[in-house]
Amino acid sequence: MTQYAIRRILYSIPVIFGILLVTFVMARSIPGDPCTAMLGEKASPEACERFTQQYGLDKPIPVQFAAYMKNIAQGDFGDSIRFSRPVSTILLERLPTTIELGLFALFFAVLVGIPAGVISAVRRNSAIDVGVMIAANTGISMPVYWLGLVLAYVFALLLKDTPFWLPPSGRLSAGVSAIPFYEVFQWEVIEGTTRYTFMEFFANMYIFNSVITRDWEVLSDVIKHIILPAVALSTIPLAIIARMTRSSMLEVLRQDYIRTARAKGLFERFVILKHALRNALLPVITIIGLQVGTLFAGAVLTETIFGFAGIGRMLFEAITARDFPIVQGFTIVIAVGYVSVNLLVDLTYVFIDPRIRLE
Amino acid sequence: MTENKLPNLKGQDEETKFQSDSLLKLTLRNILRQRSSLIGGTILLFLLLVAIFAPSIAPFEPNFVLIGHEDVKRRSDPCIHLLGCPEEQPQHILGTDGNVRDVFSRVVFGTRVSLFVGFTTVGFAIIIGTLLGALGGFLGGWVDNLIMRTMDVLLAFPSLLLAIAIVSVLGHGLQNALLAIAIVSIPIYARVVRGSVLSVKEQEYVSASRALGGGSMHILFRRILPNAIPPLIVQGTLGIGTAILDAAALSFLGLGAQPPTAEWGTMLGTERNQIFTAPHLVLYPGIAIMITVLAFNLLGDGLRDAIDPRLKK
Repeated sequence: MTQYAIRRILYSIPVIFGILLVTFVMARSIPGDPCTAMLGEKASPEACERFTQQYGLDKPIPVQFAAYMKNIAQGDFGDSIRFSRPVSTILLERLPTTIELGLFALFFAVLVGIPAGVISAVRRNSAIDVGVMIAANTGISMPVYWLGLVLAYVFALLLKDTPFWLPPSGRLSAGVSAIPFYEVFQWEVIEGTTRYTFMEFFANMYIFNSVITRDWEVLSDVIKHIILPAVALSTIPLAIIARMTRSSMLEVLRQDYIRTARAKGLFERFVILKHALRNALLPVITIIGLQVGTLFAGAVLTETIFGFAGIGRMLFEAITARDFPIVQGFTIVIAVGYVSVNLLVDLTYVFIDPRIRLE
Repeated sequence: MTENKLPNLKGQDEETKFQSDSLLKLTLRNILRQRSSLIGGTILLFLLLVAIFAPSIAPFEPNFVLIGHEDVKRRSDPCIHLLGCPEEQPQHILGTDGNVRDVFSRVVFGTRVSLFVGFTTVGFAIIIGTLLGALGGFLGGWVDNLIMRTMDVLLAFPSLLLAIAIVSVLGHGLQNALLAIAIVSIPIYARVVRGSVLSVKEQEYVSASRALGGGSMHILFRRILPNAIPPLIVQGTLGIGTAILDAAALSFLGLGAQPPTAEWGTMLGTERNQIFTAPHLVLYPGIAIMITVLAFNLLGDGLRDAIDPRLKK
């Protein structure tokens, strides 16, 4: 088991190395002078010289790549052209929003997708099954941003003045503010320290922050704001999870041990939930891991539409403004995050599935 | 002896032809029997017809500005005379957009762009992916390792994000967006082809072909690669849907097709702020994208079930 885990971890090292190489090649392929590309058109010759020396652009390519890797290993992604601030700082400010949105969307996708898949499989070929599968196929084919806009139109405009009204943009209503938990608990935190960055990171996840500070008013406001973007973001993962659960359940329900369980006289519900679902969930977990990529990509679109200040929207703005250090830094972090989540999923497998442990 | 052999060979040929004919027929029958491929195929056929006959179907050129031509306002709501829209108002069944162009005509012409995007990106990705996958699987060793590890790295990026990053380097525009989407799709096809090559490489008929003096290229292209065609068709059909969706997303973000191109993603992107005032401008291009992608997904699912008996349940 340990051997498998070590092998799996070692296997992701070349992939991460490759990610860095790809982003390095991309950064070097930007047409024109790398200095003006990274520092902006108005960069002075002195600034350019400093930049050239800092990144060793006058040195051979392998030396440059080594310096680039060293910088990234130290968490230095350079400075944003637009904000003249370190990319890593901006990333840490924006990441909590995206994580919160992504987790909420994933939670929704799992909460609806798995039961829908199970019911579909158990009632195979019934009207419910056909309905769920039509919905899943449509969900996969839908542009996320379009669904987001349509949801905003329906819930923010058509359902105005009804209890179902939901805000079309932003994370909090005007006048509502989430007071960081460390302020509520009167912890002494000095701005600029690592401890502050750490606390700020968690305080920026408003749901988490309002739950631990027991600020239910803020919590309900945050949830109202997050529902529409999260539902839009969750469509594709939800549809994929439902389809996967269905086919995996159908496979498991044919197994002999299910027949045995039924023959023993167990309640059908018990057979489905305890014997079938537990075994059917394995491939579903892998699929859930893979959805993290969809969520990150979808975040660029949903955050842009719903005015969420997360990394997705930042990435979009950076592309429009040709702020390449941000594009590069964010791309690396997202890709490495994606690889890490899938590594974690594979490692979790070892604990869930005894067959892998024995191999 | 030669005389004896000839009729035999001829007979064999006929038998093989008969078998392959019936196999093709069988596959076709299987495809037609799949409800999803039938529905998907029908929608696709309809879309192809719309794309081909777009100039006859659309009442206007996609970029024709109606100002001065008729008395119609900017972003006016759909007006269909049959459904009670006053006769004196000019008919625009999907309304007009912010530049006073007929939305219906633009949606119709958009079919051409989207289908073109789907077929070209996937075509390009299949060609490069097949070459890479075939080389890797056939040659093995370090070539295989190098190619497949590179593919792993490309797969490590969420595809739309990698496409966004590539476009931000290459520059905005439909052509670069197509290239970016094609590049990020290559690994899937390389893997499919490599898998097929590996599964048949050691089979006896391949060894027989080698023993008969067949060259490497002959063996690869005539004996091995045909096995990869069915899974490639399935993957390609599903891939076209994804490519269309990704291209529309890039255009929506302003990175792909640029205005005034009648592309569904661009149409959605330029009018997205009008969702509360003129929802029809957002609604119809989105429905068009959804129907097109759905057609390819249904067709792909059906083809997979029809072609791959292992998955048929």
